[in-house]
Amino acid sequence: MTEPAASGPHGGERAPAIEAVDVSRTYQLDGVSVAALRGVSLTVRPGDYVALVGPSGSGKSTLMHLLGGLDRPTGGRLVIGGRDVNALAPPEMATLRNETIGFVFQAFHLLPRTSAVENVALPLVYRGVSARQRRERAAAMLGRVGLGHRLDHRPNQMSGGEQQRVAIARALVTEPTVLLADEPTGNLDSVTGAAVLELLEQLNEESGVALVMVTHDQEVAARAHRRITMRDGVVVADSARPPGADTDPHSAHDRPPSVDHGRPATLVPAPSAEPRSASGSGPGHPSGGSGGAAGATGRLPREAERPQADPREARDAAVGERAAERPGGTT
Amino acid sequence: MRVAEAWRVALDALRANRLRSALTMLGVIIGVASVVLLVAIGTGTKQKVEQQVEGLGSNLLLVVPGRIEVGNAPVVSPLTLKDVDAVNRVVGDPDRVAVTVASGATARAGGRSDFTTVQGVLETTPAVFTRSLARGRYLTGADVDTSRRVAVLGDSVARALFPDRDPLGQQVALAGVRFRVIGVFAPLGQSLGVDRDDEVHVPVTAAQRLWGTQRIDGIAVKAPDRERIDELGERIVAELNRRHPDTEFSAVTQQQILGVLGDILGVLTGVLAAIAGISLLVGGVGVSNIMLVSVRERTREIGLRKAVGARPRDIGVQFLLEAVLLTTIGGVTGMALGVGTALLVDALSPIPAAITWWSLALAFGVSAVVGIVFGVVPAQRAGRLDPVVALRTE
Ligand SMILES: Nc1ncnc2c1ncn2[C@@H]1O[C@H](COP(=O)(O)OP(=O)(O)OP(=O)(O)O)[C@@H](O)[C@H]1O
Ligand SMILES: [Mg+2]
Repeated sequence: MTEPAASGPHGGERAPAIEAVDVSRTYQLDGVSVAALRGVSLTVRPGDYVALVGPSGSGKSTLMHLLGGLDRPTGGRLVIGGRDVNALAPPEMATLRNETIGFVFQAFHLLPRTSAVENVALPLVYRGVSARQRRERAAAMLGRVGLGHRLDHRPNQMSGGEQQRVAIARALVTEPTVLLADEPTGNLDSVTGAAVLELLEQLNEESGVALVMVTHDQEVAARAHRRITMRDGVVVADSARPPGADTDPHSAHDRPPSVDHGRPATLVPAPSAEPRSASGSGPGHPSGGSGGAAGATGRLPREAERPQADPREARDAAVGERAAERPGGTT
Repeated sequence: MRVAEAWRVALDALRANRLRSALTMLGVIIGVASVVLLVAIGTGTKQKVEQQVEGLGSNLLLVVPGRIEVGNAPVVSPLTLKDVDAVNRVVGDPDRVAVTVASGATARAGGRSDFTTVQGVLETTPAVFTRSLARGRYLTGADVDTSRRVAVLGDSVARALFPDRDPLGQQVALAGVRFRVIGVFAPLGQSLGVDRDDEVHVPVTAAQRLWGTQRIDGIAVKAPDRERIDELGERIVAELNRRHPDTEFSAVTQQQILGVLGDILGVLTGVLAAIAGISLLVGGVGVSNIMLVSVRERTREIGLRKAVGARPRDIGVQFLLEAVLLTTIGGVTGMALGVGTALLVDALSPIPAAITWWSLALAFGVSAVVGIVFGVVPAQRAGRLDPVVALRTE
């Protein structure tokens, strides 16, 4: 399950949270096949911060649904939380989503006529947590997203930004390993959107939940540690942010380059391909050509810098810095 | 925990659409209420008829030509008053033997007329059947022996012919022949829709003369005790068979009559309940329909619940509960309505109605089953929804 290139030489690597190998997804529309994904390979590791960009219709949402276990690939192999999706029945998929994935949608998707705290507690219902514990945990989570004073408000009594914060709290109340956010700021104005984004980044940093976010905003994408670009159902570029290219002073402070490069941004053109070989040329992979080329360019600098840090330590260090930096901050 | 959530959500859904829930329940309410009401009327009627048959007098034995069966054509009776004498000898006590020869006839008095049943009887009738008089006297042995043209009127006949006069001593023409009214029966009421007060009793001899016949339609015997009633019946039938080898005779007891009537009324009650059950079924279809609407309306909610970890079964149970709540709340309301209406009908109309616990249990059970049966398809549909498609739904 683990690929030698990522974990082999460095014992500190954790098992991937999600591993997609040559995944495709074809829709049947009135007898016509629409290939939304055409052989995508991608690994998400705990703590990752990935921005998924690409033109409309390039397959970003489709990929997010697959990564979150909401949908099944029509081809390839998809392993979420160590479990092969193809081998799971619908109820097992539901449990898998509940345990390992948190979703944040563009449209919030809060239950109407239901208080913020009950909305947040919803995933715990399907985990069999007692009502009192659910409320406690949901209230604590709402506190973390800055809505400790809005527990009993209903969605229609909250602003868009607040609603999205509730949705984020709901996604994280189960302490998932991956948070999937499909254009989470798409329905918000720029100021509110920026605040929500900052919250997501902060949570990614503090709790170590991997954040995979679809965005159309290049600036936002630039802040992520890793940017995956899609076009026509394939990944055309997957790059860790090059060091020094960071123009946001706040973010530069919070995230030393070592963190970025310590994160694996792995594009595997073929399951069995040797990492450094001319991977795109493997037979039987129509999409391998472009994907492989992009992967090769993305991998080289990362490979070189990997010895610098275990991502966990780097993150812990970053959190420590952040806490020390803020006078009112709790440690 | 998951089931508790399903309850909460189902109740919440019903509350959120109060009017729609109420209208959907209305179908079930009407169905259950009509089942309860019609079964109550059927049961009440049966009880009343049984009371009336028992009220005929105890240990009664009816002897008639032919076989007593539902749907059997009546046989022309070969019996005459000579046979009655023979039966008297078998029974040993003429006071325990009553006879009848009956026919429809128009009764006229003072410009009014009433079509009624004229019964030729013996003076023993009030003792054998339990009949009491409101006014005047009954026939005597002398009236019978001398074929006197005297008549005892049923309550309805008395009212129809003498609405503002005392009938006693008045003349009444039966099939054109004048009789003198000597008594009026105390009212008996109706049974099975038949007015039991619509009859006139005259001496059997006068009746036979009126119709120009020697015929006796049937003989009734009041047995001295319950134990010997069957044996007595057999002896009477044997004697009559000996006298009329060409005809078959039957002796039936009250128990047998009750059995036959009970069967008829049971079928009747069943038919009524089945008709009411159809309306319950229609109510169930309404529930199914509204549940499909509910599933469609909440498609996005279903998608979201699935995204956060609801299994297909969790969603299915939630919607099934909603359907079952609709029908059982409707069922309980319908039961209350049915019981209330039945009590009113019983109190305010001549139709008897009796509530039975089993009809209530049945109505409730059926409404719950209707909820399950008609909720299952929408619930399954909800459970199987593709979360991605569901979340995209507007
Ligand atoms: N249910 C479906 N049936 C048929 N085709 C679909 C379906 N869902 C998506 N597609 C197609 O798959 C392709 C990828 O869609 P997807 O929603 O993943 O794009 P996207 O990158 O998220 O676009 P956007 O930026 O506009 O959200 C599109 O061509 C779309 O038309
Ligand atoms: Mg999309």
